[in-house]
Formats: sequence, structure tokens, C-alpha cells
Amino acid sequence: MALQTIDEFGRRLRAREVSSAELVEDCLRRIEADNPRLNAFILVMADEARAAAKRADWERANGIDRGPLHGVPISVKDLFDIKGTVTTAASAVREGLVASADAPAVAQLRRSGAVIIGKTNLHEFAFGTTNEDSAYGPARHPLDETRSPGGSSGGSAISVATGMALASLGTDTGGSIRIPAAACGLVGLKPGYGELPATDVVPLSRTLDHIGPLTANVTDAWHLLHVLRDRKPETPLAPVPVESLRLAVPRPYFCDLLDDDVRTAFERALDVLRAGGASITEVELPYAELIAPIYLHLVFGDAAAYHADSLDTVPEKYTPNVRLRLELARYVTAEDYVRALDGRRALTRAVTATLVHQDALILPTLPIVAPVLGASTVELGGSPQPVRNMMLRLTQLFNITGHPAITLPCGQAASGLPCGLQLAGRHGETDALLRVARAVEQVL
Amino acid sequence: MTIERWLKQALEDADRRGLPQLQPLLEGLALSTQALREAAFGGRANGPTND
Repeated sequence: MALQTIDEFGRRLRAREVSSAELVEDCLRRIEADNPRLNAFILVMADEARAAAKRADWERANGIDRGPLHGVPISVKDLFDIKGTVTTAASAVREGLVASADAPAVAQLRRSGAVIIGKTNLHEFAFGTTNEDSAYGPARHPLDETRSPGGSSGGSAISVATGMALASLGTDTGGSIRIPAAACGLVGLKPGYGELPATDVVPLSRTLDHIGPLTANVTDAWHLLHVLRDRKPETPLAPVPVESLRLAVPRPYFCDLLDDDVRTAFERALDVLRAGGASITEVELPYAELIAPIYLHLVFGDAAAYHADSLDTVPEKYTPNVRLRLELARYVTAEDYVRALDGRRALTRAVTATLVHQDALILPTLPIVAPVLGASTVELGGSPQPVRNMMLRLTQLFNITGHPAITLPCGQAASGLPCGLQLAGRHGETDALLRVARAVEQVL
Repeated sequence: MTIERWLKQALEDADRRGLPQLQPLLEGLALSTQALREAAFGGRANGPTND
């Protein structure tokens, strides 16, 4: 898939080869053509988008340039408040709940001149990784409609992968930006915890939730990150020289269970980086086998508290699978939640210590390619593995620890479905991580 | 509360609430909780004074 990037559009825009209005019409045409089969959007904001594009074109014609997102069509996961629209969270539970104001992240996009083109489908309440359970129906993978685009920000990934938008704003509680980005061949950035405001965004777990962009490349993710921070970068996005990269592969646990094609793509990427002069060392992260139990108890405790009232009053409004898992979440005890908090501290210390002498951890993003819709297990390592566990296996660690992490495309399986490579950087150094990612992107 | 006791009570409660489908999920959660408890993160009142 040849994707138009924000950078490329900006160059053409400033050379007056194209207008924002033309690009928005192009995106709306793609939505009209492909959304009925892919189900990426819950709400298409065609009239508002046309008006915003016209305004952006007028501003530029009159010497006002708001920066790299000026006039760029961007989709927003339907967990973010957008003034005057229902924030559905892909659930009937939230029917009729119209937002009275934009979420700060959406407001910041608007201030930067971005054109909000619509609200995208997701796994109900972001509580799942396949986008199958949505009150608005499942979203479907652009390359194979029998497969999931990944989730929970599945509609966001589809919108960017098919040119319905040039970027999307998503959320990531256990991998919900990085998983669909990897499954659909995109870049997905989860910044550090608390780096971007998750205010007025329907939560899954306030202690694990992050917001961030899904984009065509690392440079576009850089643009979105800095707009959302409302701070211009101190320096431009210059890639780290590959020969000076210090990367660590945490093989035990993280490479134990991988689809053969995913493993081949990952090892090929490591070979390319080594050939370019990068230093790649192998490390072992303590407590790795406890990542899933720690994550589960944290997200369950937080989600159970948020959903308790609606589970008691309108349980029939949830999709059956999400309702069942939320009911399960209510059985986590306070003492086990506190044990998970203790485990979280141990994991955070372990990742931080590992990164002291490294630029980034490098690992696959997903152990499998996009799964078939409706499949509860996938064959891996000679036995059936739960799809949900496999989807979260390699991403949830960095939600627990809060370290910034990014996925970028890393080749394809024999089926043609994309594979993703994940990089995780030091706390407070998301810009540095993006410089590493840009270097890796250039050589892959 | 031991894992065994917790699981027994949870299964009875789920059944009473008309959610027998929770049984395999609760059994899976019990395994996860057991792993978490065995890791012994944090301190114990009858152990050394530490974090």
C-alpha cells in the first residue's frame, strides 16, 4: 500500500499543487467507497471536514500557516470527546451522551489546523484487541476482510492504511495503538505515560491509558506528537547514525512464541541493522513471565470500578463478550490488585535498568499476523494459544512501566500480511526514541 | 483468602447471578492470581522490613 504522508502532502500543499479541500474530498471518496466493507468509521463528519478544509485553504492563502498539520485530514478514535457528537466508545451503553466540549487532544489538533474527518470504530470500550466486539459491528482488515485489523484502535488503523485519513488519534492501554498499527503495516506511537493528556477520553484504566498517533511513517508520528504536546521540537527529527545504535533484544519470553513468518521478518531486520553497524545485544528481563498476570490484575481492577454502575443497571447494553470479561474483572480482590502494583514497580525498575546502556529495546510488536475474525485461538509453538493473550503479549509491558514505545513496519508474511517491529525507549526520552525509530525505518 | 476459597466463592456467586459462563474465565483468572501471589512482590508483615 503506497500511503500519502503528512510531509508529502505539506510539500505539495505549499507548492500549490493541491489544496486541503481537494485532499479532504479524496479522503471522503475513499470512505464512501471502502467504509461499507471495512467499517472503519462510526461517524463521518463530512460537512465539518469540508468547512475546516476550506478555512485552512483560506488561511494559507492569506499568509497564515499553522504548521505541519494545517489542512491535514485526521480521524479520531471514538473514545475522545468531540463537541456536539456522541462519544460512543463503540457501545450502546453510551447512547445519547453528547460531548459538550472537545477533549484537550482534539482541541489541540484543531488549533494546529488539522481537519477532523470522523470518529473511528474500536473494540467496545477499548476492552479487546481484535475490534470484533463493537455495537457498530466488527472492523475488517483492508488486505483480507476475513481478518481483524487489530485493536482496539482498529478503525483508526484502517483509516490511515486506506487513505481515508492521513493520520489517526488513538489510545493504547495494553497495545491498542501499536497492535492495529502493526497488523495494518503502519507506525504507531505510545508516548511515555502522562506525556499527552488523556482527559475527556473514555478510560479503560486511568493508570495504563495512553493516547498517541497512528501514521504512515515515523516523521508523521513526530509531527503529531509535537502538536499534541503543544511544544515545537527543540531540534528537527534527525535519525541517529545506524552505526552508533545500541539496541537490546530481550529474547527469553518475548521471542519464545512467534509465528515463523514473524520470526523471519524480525531476524532479517536485526541482520540489516547489524550489517549497518548497529550494536545488538541480548538481554533478559526479570519477571517477564509475570507481565500478563500483573497487567490483567491492574486493568481488571481499574475497568471494574469504572463499569460497575452500568454493569448493574444496563448489562444488556454491552456486547456479550465484553460484558462477560468486565463481570470477570469484578472478582479481582484489593490485595491482589496491590500485589500487581508491587509487580509493576519491579517491572519498571527492570526495564529502566536494562535501558541504562542501551538506546532502545527491540522486539516484535505482535507474535502473529492479523488473526482471522472469530478465532479464539491460534496455533503457535505446536499448540493452540488464546488470540487475546498473543495480541497483548509483547506490548502490554510498556503500558505497565510507562516507557515510550513505537511500532514500525518490518516486512510481510508469506500471506502478504504486515509484521511489526517494536522499539521501547527510556522514560522521558520519546524524542530520542523517535530518532532511533527514524534510523531503523531508513534501513529497513 | 486462599485461591481455592476465592475461586469456590466466585463460582458460587457467578452462578447465583446467572453468569455460569464465567466458570472457565474464573478458573483462568485463578491461575493468573496464583502466579502473582507466588511471585511475592512487596513485603510481608511476618517477613523482613523492606519494600
